[in-house]
Amino acid sequence: MSWTPARDEDAALVAGAGRFVDDLDPLPGTLTAAVVRSPHPHARIRAVDLERARAHPGVAAVIGPDEVRAAVRPFPLSTAAPMPYLPSATDTARYVGEPVAVVVASDRYVAEDAAELVEVDYEPLDVVVDTRRALEDHAPQLHPDAGTNVATDRTFSFGDVDGAFARAAHVVRGEYTFPRYSSVPMECYGVVAHWTQGSDGPGVEAWANFHGPFTMVPVAAGALGVPVSRFRLHVPADIGGSFGIKSGIYPYVVLMALASRHAGRPVRWTEDRVEHLLASSSGAGRVMGFTAAVSADGAVEALRVDLVDDVGAYLRPPEPSTLYRCFGNITGAYDVPAVAIRARAAVTNRAPTGLNRGFGGQQLYFGLERLMDAVADRVGLDVAEVRRRNLVRSFPHRTPTGGLYDSGDYARALDLLLVKGGYEVLRHRQQSARAEGAYYGVGLALVVDPSGTNIGYVGLATPASERKPGRDKSGSTEIVRASVDVQGVVTVALGSVPQGQGHATVARRVAAARLGLPVGQVRALVDMDTATTPWTVTSGSYSSRFAPLVTSAVVAACDRLAETVRAGAAVLLGVDPGGLELADGTVRDPSSGASCLFRHAAGVVHWDPGALPDGAPLRLATEGEFVPPESVAATAEDRINSSLCYGFVAEMVGVRIDPDTLEITLDRVASVHDAGTVLDPVLLEGQVLGALVHGLGGAAFEEFRYSPAGQPTSATFLDYLCPTSAETAFDLVSDHVSSPSPLTPLGAKGCGEGSSMSFPVAYANAVADALAPAGVAIDSLPVHGSVIHDLLRA
Amino acid sequence: MKAAPFAYHRPDTVDEAVEVLATGDAKVLAGGQSLVPVLAMRLGRPGTLVDINRLPGLDTLVVSGGELHLGAAVRQRRVERSPEVRGVPLIARAMPFVGHRELRSRGTVCGSLAHADPAAELPAVAACLRATVVVRGPDGERTVDARDFVTGAMTTAVGADELVTGVRFPLSREGEGFGFAEIARRHGDFALAGVAVRVRRDGEAVLAAFGVSDRPVVRDVTALLDDPTEAALRPATDALAAEVVDTDGDAHGSRGYRARLLGVLAARELARARREAHA
Repeated sequence: MSWTPARDEDAALVAGAGRFVDDLDPLPGTLTAAVVRSPHPHARIRAVDLERARAHPGVAAVIGPDEVRAAVRPFPLSTAAPMPYLPSATDTARYVGEPVAVVVASDRYVAEDAAELVEVDYEPLDVVVDTRRALEDHAPQLHPDAGTNVATDRTFSFGDVDGAFARAAHVVRGEYTFPRYSSVPMECYGVVAHWTQGSDGPGVEAWANFHGPFTMVPVAAGALGVPVSRFRLHVPADIGGSFGIKSGIYPYVVLMALASRHAGRPVRWTEDRVEHLLASSSGAGRVMGFTAAVSADGAVEALRVDLVDDVGAYLRPPEPSTLYRCFGNITGAYDVPAVAIRARAAVTNRAPTGLNRGFGGQQLYFGLERLMDAVADRVGLDVAEVRRRNLVRSFPHRTPTGGLYDSGDYARALDLLLVKGGYEVLRHRQQSARAEGAYYGVGLALVVDPSGTNIGYVGLATPASERKPGRDKSGSTEIVRASVDVQGVVTVALGSVPQGQGHATVARRVAAARLGLPVGQVRALVDMDTATTPWTVTSGSYSSRFAPLVTSAVVAACDRLAETVRAGAAVLLGVDPGGLELADGTVRDPSSGASCLFRHAAGVVHWDPGALPDGAPLRLATEGEFVPPESVAATAEDRINSSLCYGFVAEMVGVRIDPDTLEITLDRVASVHDAGTVLDPVLLEGQVLGALVHGLGGAAFEEFRYSPAGQPTSATFLDYLCPTSAETAFDLVSDHVSSPSPLTPLGAKGCGEGSSMSFPVAYANAVADALAPAGVAIDSLPVHGSVIHDLLRA
Repeated sequence: MKAAPFAYHRPDTVDEAVEVLATGDAKVLAGGQSLVPVLAMRLGRPGTLVDINRLPGLDTLVVSGGELHLGAAVRQRRVERSPEVRGVPLIARAMPFVGHRELRSRGTVCGSLAHADPAAELPAVAACLRATVVVRGPDGERTVDARDFVTGAMTTAVGADELVTGVRFPLSREGEGFGFAEIARRHGDFALAGVAVRVRRDGEAVLAAFGVSDRPVVRDVTALLDDPTEAALRPATDALAAEVVDTDGDAHGSRGYRARLLGVLAARELARARREAHA
């Protein structure tokens, strides 16, 4: 394959010609909505008076708790917890920013003016924001019918955990806290929704920058009582980024569809930045305990893992998936034969959580990789050496929780990291710094990077005995449509709903390579229309699905097209189609050297299908699917292979800490990735860089904080700090090893999330290493000068 | 995030602007870099905005009488790029820390003074140098010593019916050295702590700290410079910092951390300024 370095998408984006949801004006007469939100973290709604708002000039409709209660069913949850979740508060508001009413007006100014006229009589209730506090018996309860704030509580045990701990030379334990943060997409949520009344019943047509998982489509349609067939969703090719955060938009699609029903007109809602930072979504916060049974020579023989996620006020689907996305790889890069797990999700008076780049991995590895440093310290080994001794060495590797690591060479990746990243050099820098009384630290993180989620893991939130027979879930099927037009141009239509990753660029090149065509003879469409684009219940842009799944379906679709084109060429060349090769825009008979143009071969099928023999393939518009192997539902023993592919990241961070100001400077970042077959080196590098900077945000800058009374204290960009170019000018060494996956046709694995999982803990390990002489532990993030100062003074 | 309704005036003269301000419930719009977000978030809802951007005479940027005169409509970026700014080195050093270039291209020097954010750079520079703020009201023009200008967080000595029309910074003189530094979470953020200092060869030294109290805190630190090396200064600047810092702190910088930073920065910049004064 030959690749040009630029992405096809970029020219329009850098020229301001991208078409985002707020740029679209698909329906005449569209009105604008503003959302009235709760100022209270927890309050009973005693009464709502919408009349003044309704009477305001320019207002078409105002909906509140009565309208929602009357028309919307609670979203089905992933567990049986009686914690009903609706798109807006009806009887009780449970977090600051929770929608309470929607005002539809002629424009946003008028809508916001009228929103101030909505009168809500709130009765404040006791508040719980701290995760550990939420677990206590007498903590304020968010959902009284549940009798607890624990939305799910499951325990698992695999292998001889007790025996390993009884035999252990060392038992090493750590408790860690992981913060809530986001990915801060450039465009916030945007919805245009139209409630329609057709001959066969009501329906909804909506445009939104939603990117999946498409399991949420039946969830949203079901809440409105509309069949999926009459719930038509459009997603434009440009959605302004997401990195998972926009998966939380579906309740707003429901809310705006209801608003449209009352207004009798299409309704547009464009979330502003304050709303976004207040109430859209974030990664789940987590408190966790990790305990290792360790042999005298540093081998981890068993783990006990105790996870408690803070999912906010509701178990908004797809939560509690943060707990389970990494279930099959919960032992990380290490060959640990036994593991016991307790997995809980607690509700708190904070905004609901959900997908965030690296989903579930940054939380998991923060505990596991901080623990590995603690193991090294206890056993008296170098942090690289203790990791090396525990690495998974042979592939495929079955983990105790059911994961099947498809391929890898972790030891080689680690060695490459240490050499290319200059581990010894950085250790020398540390020695010199310490001799001068300065702080310098080196941190490592090794993470297994899962891609191509097996949705069967959702079942784990329910005990095996309560899972209904015949209602299991598994897999991650993708479907792609491919066609050849009358001029021989191939179109591949993806249901991948990209968030800016460059799916069109890569899909086009994969298809061109597969069909032996110049890239210019292939185009890729990524606009989603659920009425016309092929999609499955697992479609969407999440869990790094594109490289392992979508490109596999592109290959399948192209191979079917190729059969037809060969049949056409066989007519022109007068040979058997079986041995014909597609290359250089032609179809060639290798034995005679005779060839014809691809477009002429396709032209025969278009214009003269009667020339083809009976039974010849005639499809010039076809679909290809990829159904991942090794992706089955959870077993009765609760084992699951939670992803199709497992990539690898070895990362190293060197930090210098100014002894006076305690400012942390990134002296070196080194990152070695194994994403299987590399589909595009430039895009891969872009994903690595993007994930690193995302990880840096969570490690050092970003955090959604709440006061003890439940008020968000980081709801503007004045307080919610994202890294900018000035914070990202660090020395980066990046390299790759390639262990192609045997489970995907191209051998490719996902690559967009790895460093989002590894960087936060690598950074924490580096800072902890730097401050080791001061006896300071880093057990939470973000970490920056003020945090260090307070730790040193504590 | 849309502003509540307001009336908009673009007067032709300063007198007319003052007349509109006198009607009450009016706010001055210059660069709008602080005011417009406040309006958009409906944190403030003045009945009237008085746009001074096109008022004649307020775009003055001249050196005269040993002072740099800046009119109320002069953009920060224009000052930063002007040759005249070399006459006031402390402004030149502070300006790159004021927001980002994009903000400085609209934001005004006088707007920053009038907004009086406790962590802003320019009010501290003005206080350090004892600049003169020129104010026009119904009773005519008056001047305010920059050290008396900020009276609390986001509050100044300017009355509701008055307009800041300009500010005059004294030009540096032979035998003066300057220092400016701040530390923020990210480049361009409001400072957790910062200092602006001026040291004279005859020994006089003044320091203005910002980000650590509800307003710039000015101290005569002449006595600290007996032994002017940074290391020797630290105990004294640390003690000064402990006394000066009275903010409660926040997640970005605790009170103790801000005091630490102020002690460090004060020693560094005083030592630097003294070297410069003696160069």
